[in-house]
Amino acid sequence: MYEYYLAIVLIPLAASIVAGLAGHKIGRAGAHWITIVGVGVSFLLSTIVLYNMFWGGYEAENLSVYTWAVTDGLHMEVGFLVDRLTALMMVVVTFVSFMVHIYTIGYMHDDPGYQRFFSYISLFTFSMLMLVMSNNFLQLFFGWEAVGLVSYLLIGFWYKRESAIFANLKAFLVNRVGDFGFILGISAVVMFTGSLDYAEVFGQAESIASQQLEVTGFSPWNAMTVVCILLFIGAMGKSAQAPLHVWLPDSMEGPTPISALIHAATMVTAGIFMVARMSPLYEFSTTALAVVIVIGALTAFFMGLLGIVQNDIKRVVAYSTLSQLGYMTVALGASAYSAAIFHLMTHAFFKALLFLAAGSVIIAMHHEQDIRKMGGIRKYMPITYWTALVGSLALIGFPGFSGFFSKDLLIEAVKESHWHGQGAVYWIAYLSVLLGVFVTALYSFRMFFLVFHGEERMSEEEKSHLHETPAVVWVPLVLLAIPSAIIGWFTVGPVLFEGYFGSAIFVDETRDVLAHLGETFWHDSLGLFTHSVVTPVFWLAAAGVFTAWFLYLKRPDIPDTIQKKAQGLYNLLDRKYYFDDLYIKGFAAGGRSFGKFLWQKGDELIIDGLLVNGTANMVGRLAGVIRHIQTGYLYTYAFAMIIGLTVLLGWLIWVR
Amino acid sequence: MLHSIVFYVFAGIMFLGALGVVFSRNPVHAVMFLVFTFFNAAILWLLAEAEFLAIVLVLVYVGAVMVLFLFVVMMLEVDVEAAKRGLTRYAPLGVGLALIMAFELINVIWLRGQMANVDSGFKPNPEGYSNTEALGAVLYTEHVYAFEIAAVILLLAIIAAITLTMRRRPGLKVQNIAKQVAVTAKDRIRVVKMDAEKKQ
Amino acid sequence: MIGLHHYLTVGAMLFVLSIAGIVINRKNLILLLMCIELMLLAVNTNFIAFSRYLGDETGQVFVFFILTVAAAEAAIGLAILVVLFRNRRSIAVQELNTLKG
Repeated sequence: MYEYYLAIVLIPLAASIVAGLAGHKIGRAGAHWITIVGVGVSFLLSTIVLYNMFWGGYEAENLSVYTWAVTDGLHMEVGFLVDRLTALMMVVVTFVSFMVHIYTIGYMHDDPGYQRFFSYISLFTFSMLMLVMSNNFLQLFFGWEAVGLVSYLLIGFWYKRESAIFANLKAFLVNRVGDFGFILGISAVVMFTGSLDYAEVFGQAESIASQQLEVTGFSPWNAMTVVCILLFIGAMGKSAQAPLHVWLPDSMEGPTPISALIHAATMVTAGIFMVARMSPLYEFSTTALAVVIVIGALTAFFMGLLGIVQNDIKRVVAYSTLSQLGYMTVALGASAYSAAIFHLMTHAFFKALLFLAAGSVIIAMHHEQDIRKMGGIRKYMPITYWTALVGSLALIGFPGFSGFFSKDLLIEAVKESHWHGQGAVYWIAYLSVLLGVFVTALYSFRMFFLVFHGEERMSEEEKSHLHETPAVVWVPLVLLAIPSAIIGWFTVGPVLFEGYFGSAIFVDETRDVLAHLGETFWHDSLGLFTHSVVTPVFWLAAAGVFTAWFLYLKRPDIPDTIQKKAQGLYNLLDRKYYFDDLYIKGFAAGGRSFGKFLWQKGDELIIDGLLVNGTANMVGRLAGVIRHIQTGYLYTYAFAMIIGLTVLLGWLIWVR
Repeated sequence: MLHSIVFYVFAGIMFLGALGVVFSRNPVHAVMFLVFTFFNAAILWLLAEAEFLAIVLVLVYVGAVMVLFLFVVMMLEVDVEAAKRGLTRYAPLGVGLALIMAFELINVIWLRGQMANVDSGFKPNPEGYSNTEALGAVLYTEHVYAFEIAAVILLLAIIAAITLTMRRRPGLKVQNIAKQVAVTAKDRIRVVKMDAEKKQ
Repeated sequence: MIGLHHYLTVGAMLFVLSIAGIVINRKNLILLLMCIELMLLAVNTNFIAFSRYLGDETGQVFVFFILTVAAAEAAIGLAILVVLFRNRRSIAVQELNTLKG
């Protein structure tokens, strides 16, 4: 399988290099063919790997490809750890990437940066594969930073737009905050174990957990808690968890295909994947898990609320992504790693679908993104309409769709996670995910109704151009709609309850909520489906849809009234809880003024003015005084010598 | 006893000579006093049984270097009076410095020296001692490198002195032998073909 | 008996006198050079006295080299003096202050 793994990783890289460096030679068609074929091959090989893992009975492989450096016993290697978790991620990444590649042909049709775009997304595929296939922390960090880089490049893809530049810089800086924690976490791992290799580090998990570390100076912390929280800070940056979520909505400045690929389906789930991968570490620290679950719960609920007031079609989807990432994080915090990964997978399909559908609408509307200027598009774009409906139903967890299985079981798992105690942590988590269902349904269908139903609010001229998008756009939609609709039926059992992940994910027995669910709750997919009508989840979702229908189709005047009545609340949501203001006016402006202070007072005044030029000036002035001693007359020097000699002799005789 | 008298007499004369060097108004006189001082110093060195150096001092130093001084002094018409003007302005400083230095030196020599040996004098040299031979024995063995370097320094002094003072006067008529030898007929004669001019 | 101290005293007197001479004759380059010769003589006398006192010829070898170097120095110094005089028609020290800071 070794050759397979290398090929899976390197073919997209090669395609990216060719498309990027020889883009002008191979032309537009050449660029998209080479990258699509590259990613397609990668997808096929990944599918073979998954097939072998799942049905072929292949064991997990941990192999080292190349030793980059050895320093003081610390091996820095490139290596692949391919187990079932990795295989699943590989297939998800390459499949969504493949769809997005095809879709891009249509979306970026007129863009002058066509080849560059294909080069970037292929490079992204390579980076993400390196991240998920890594068998050590260093390569994980490489992939982590590489996807961050490509994300930066792609958010600022239209680099002549002021807002795009702002957004990509913001994404980069916010991610730096997370990465700082991440690299500290990796350093802590190296400090405690002296190794970067997953297998070795996991083997020493217990010894880390038994150590203490002075952090604040009050009371020592458990070393494992420190490591896990630091690593999770990295995940918060990459997976956009509050309070490091601010970059994700702004990243919608990038082209829609990459919003689908990077900022919905794959890259932002790197944090979720990482925590699941590190489950042998997190299982040793309930404190860290409590942090994880609270952060996730807050993100899931409050970011969902923001989705309700957004008017940009892509931003609504972006906030929904934030909310769903929060759900996954909650699952991680409840020790239901499998549920998190399962939701990650289904989310990748339906969120990519939603983004691409939104993109399809945007193409048809000639890059108009405001949903207040849409409406009634259903009859012009039937395929987009139906696929978007599938995506939205999957998102809100309508029974039978993929999102239903993942989200419903996720919430069940959180409900069962009593080991967090019956205190605040448990209730914050459980209520957030439960109420989040209503919010999700509300904003999803608000957008859906505003875009596809109701009166047609676009201009007459716009209306005359409106038609279904070309095949390269709707084929990926259909291909993504299929798994979004049905994949839950087949995979929920094996993935969650029949131990698909095997040893890839480690859960302490006392906290294994999924195993508990498997014994008490789970029968089969159909059972879950029929059971759904008696759960609060279903009714909350239905209520959400109904509310959306009532407010935005039946009585469109009510939202305005509410907005006027609850102006304070609306402002709070519209300004995104003032996070942006805090960061931009607080940290960024504070940092700038602090930097300006250091520049003007510290650097220019003290260092340049006093130390550097001051020294020179003082030497100059002193020399100006002292040089008058130099008369230039021979006898002055002779006298000086003689006097010096006399004094020296006197010193030798009397003083010494 | 005789030895002591000779020493004191010549030391006294030498000191007077040195005073003459320092205070004479005419540079020529000063050089003459210097020569005189050197002669007396040579006698003192002889008394210390450093015969070779005493002779060298007279022959080489007085004979060559001092004559060079005399030559230069006489060649450069120094404005004696101008040079001597303002003589006394720094005299107090000079005398003061000299007194301090003298005090210090006396302190070193007489107060801190080994008082026990003050009157003992030099030990006599062994029988058949030859100062020149002894000096030569160390000079050509132990100090031979330094000796060679001293030779080089002298050569350097010769070259430097010549280089510094040599000047090319423009329009000076000199022969260039090499050029004269290398000359050919072509350089000197030009054969011109032309029609004979008619007589007018 | 005449011993080390007597010679050292003679050397010291010569040295002190030459110091006074340098200060007093500060305006005359030739006299300055002569005072330096006098100073060297004082030093040489000391060397010879110590050499005799210690019964070691090395001191005299030193004197030998000092004489050599002094001769070279005198030759070059006088050559410089001649060149200086040729260029400026004067060897007056008070006019030589181009090194003034």
